[in-house]
Amino acid sequence: MSHLLELRGVHTHIGDYRILHGVDLAVPRGELTVLLGRNGAGKTTTLRTIMGLWRAAQGEVRFDGAAIHTLDTPAIARLGLAYVPENMGIFGTLSVRENLLLAARGARTLDQIDTARLEWLFGLFPALRKFWLYPAGKLSGGQKQMLAIARAMIEPRRLLLIDEPSKGLAPAIVLNLIEALRELKRADATVLLVEQNFAMARALGDQVAVMDDGRIVHRGAMAELAEDEALQQRLLGLSLGAHQ
Amino acid sequence: MNLSTPAASVPAPRFDAWPLALLAAIALLALPLVGDAANWATLTLAGLAMGLIVFVIASGLTLVFGLMDVLNFGHGVFIALGAFMATTVLGAMGVAGGWAGRESLAANLGAVAAAASAGMLIAGAAGLVFERVLVRPVYGMHLKQILVTTGGMIVGEELIKLAWGPQMVALPLPPALSDVLLLPGEVTLEKFRLLAMLVGLLVFAALLLVLNRTKLGLLIRAGVLDREMVEALGYPVRRLFVGVFAVGAALAGLGGVMWGLYQQTVTPQIGAQVNTLIFIVIIIGGLGSTLGCFVGALAVGLLANYAGFLAPKAALFSHIALMAAVLLWRPQGLYPVGAK
Repeated sequence: MSHLLELRGVHTHIGDYRILHGVDLAVPRGELTVLLGRNGAGKTTTLRTIMGLWRAAQGEVRFDGAAIHTLDTPAIARLGLAYVPENMGIFGTLSVRENLLLAARGARTLDQIDTARLEWLFGLFPALRKFWLYPAGKLSGGQKQMLAIARAMIEPRRLLLIDEPSKGLAPAIVLNLIEALRELKRADATVLLVEQNFAMARALGDQVAVMDDGRIVHRGAMAELAEDEALQQRLLGLSLGAHQ
Repeated sequence: MNLSTPAASVPAPRFDAWPLALLAAIALLALPLVGDAANWATLTLAGLAMGLIVFVIASGLTLVFGLMDVLNFGHGVFIALGAFMATTVLGAMGVAGGWAGRESLAANLGAVAAAASAGMLIAGAAGLVFERVLVRPVYGMHLKQILVTTGGMIVGEELIKLAWGPQMVALPLPPALSDVLLLPGEVTLEKFRLLAMLVGLLVFAALLLVLNRTKLGLLIRAGVLDREMVEALGYPVRRLFVGVFAVGAALAGLGGVMWGLYQQTVTPQIGAQVNTLIFIVIIIGGLGSTLGCFVGALAVGLLANYAGFLAPKAALFSHIALMAAVLLWRPQGLYPVGAK
């Protein structure tokens, strides 16, 4: 299996706190890998370390075979990584249009945005068309999340890192989000998705990694974890039945 | 597809014009207190001229704070550099060729333009050094920023004393610019103040154009809101910040030239004297907001002139009272930029 992203023995410290304790993780090309784990397990720190927002104190992060843990964040993003943070990172006083133009690095003006791709995004997230000129900060939580994901998709990216997109969203909105991410999968995108909503993770994931206390404690196919209730109980303290 | 207004879009919300009403309110409240309409109009024009000079000085500082969360208490040193550069250039042009001494308006404007260019150049260059040596090591550390940039201001002042001497230097207006225009209704306006208004409006228009109509401006506005996210989108904010810092310093240099000519004297402490005023302006406007800075500067300029006429002692603290009133009305300033 060809891995687009690999973390080998990554340790991350924030001040005096040691958050990651030797994370080993591989993200296969063209698949959606879900990173599961309880609050404080180190999932967000893992994504931030990959993006260079926090430095790995030890270990290495390799993207398409090349070490990226010594690069700064803009350089990492320019390799083709898109990041959707847990807080969505929406520029609140900028319009939806301006948020998307900003994310399209190759476009200096609106006219230079790939209109076919934009139409595709409007198809996935119709609210973006409706609120095109509206300040993004005034959108609802679900609409903001859609804008955050659309921003990561406005240009082809090689790897999408998405942090808990379902957090705080109504179930109906989560279903929309799942559909959009499925569409992304159909376009052969490689995605590393941090998620606590197991139903969503199960619906989307090809691979799964489970974190606990700053380490990866389980790796495998999502289908295996979805079928093994005892394993779910042991790793996540939940049962699939509770989510059906 | 029309990307400017795709079909079925909800219209953009209306522009918040209430802060502009503050300017009208200050001016209208002053009218019955001043009494005489001609005096009131003269004071209003003087206040707008002063406000626009203050805006030129403060516009860079508000972007520097907004973009990189840097509290630069050393901004005044760029103002002083600009003002002293004006004394040198205008002095030299007055002696050699008499550009600054002639009655010709064109020659006088040329002299002021040369002084402004030199002031911007030296202040911009000093800004680059200041950012590299003093500010960069203390990114993200507010207390150290205050200490280091205040220290930089003191050192800068001492260096200015070494270069130009510790004494007050006269900076007389070129003759054609000290003339007074007599407007209808016996309203008077010094030509230099008209020039200051034009320069301020030009800077404001240029900033709005860059910030609202270009991708560079979009990056600056986004960086003010969420620097980390802009970096995660692949843009090197730090390089952008260095550019903004240098431009901000150059604008302070330009403002220093104008302020020096406005006061007609320059001292090494001129920057420190204006520093308090410009911090008040950017707080009133909303930290990081160019439009807020513009409105705040005009409000301060108007109030200072009315208060100076009506109750000169009150003029010393009128801007502080204005800041308190504005913050009671809008705690994050007239045009809050948003949560960082």
